[in-house]
Amino acid sequence: MADAIRLTYEISPDDFTRAGEASSDVKSKLKRLGVPPEAIRKVSIAMYEGEINMVIHADGGRITVEITPEKILMILADKGPGIPDIEQAMQAGWSTAPDEVRSLGFGAGMGLPNMKKYTDEMKIDTVIGVGTTITMVVNI
Amino acid sequence: MTVQQLIDKQLFHVVNAGDDTDRAVTGVFCCDLLSIAMGKAPADSAWVTVMGNVNTIAVATLADVACVIIAEGAALDEVGRTRAKEQGVTVLSTDEPIFGAALRIHELL
Repeated sequence: MADAIRLTYEISPDDFTRAGEASSDVKSKLKRLGVPPEAIRKVSIAMYEGEINMVIHADGGRITVEITPEKILMILADKGPGIPDIEQAMQAGWSTAPDEVRSLGFGAGMGLPNMKKYTDEMKIDTVIGVGTTITMVVNI
Repeated sequence: MTVQQLIDKQLFHVVNAGDDTDRAVTGVFCCDLLSIAMGKAPADSAWVTVMGNVNTIAVATLADVACVIIAEGAALDEVGRTRAKEQGVTVLSTDEPIFGAALRIHELL
């Protein structure tokens, strides 16, 4: 697609001081492209939650963002432990975050529910011991 | 009320003035759990919290709140201050409890 803009970010594991940098960068690029504020907010929230999850649970990973005039596609791929029970993980309040992460204000169990709430499409592909890929779409 | 007008009331200490003080404050939101704040904080709200780390600034930017008020005498750490400057986020602080700080803002809206 001629109009597609593709961005790629490597996410470092366990680095909470850098967590959010990829999402912030996407946000500022979307702003410059003149994407409507509500779509920007949805992408920012969904991508940040995914980015934080990769830092907390998944040894980092790679985020690919594709921007077209119609939609924003986000693919978050990690090589983490995988999600044993997706239905349980999707429940608001369910969290396996360790205490040191909770002390930073995370671990409310709202990550995946927020990602679902703020995107138009969301798909989770997970294999235990191999990794998880989350694909999300926000329509413009 | 704009962020600048809130600053001018001198109710709160200015930690970082921010880049967009002309923007309107349209509500108040209180929460310390970042994921809940991320999902629920309305855009353009004043977010009152005791969480003063760099992730607070990330959430403030991405949820697009108008400003952050760090209450209960809590402090924004050094990394957070640097990030707030870089991102142009308005951060204020107070020794008041969260409810009191939020109420003061609410009364000005």
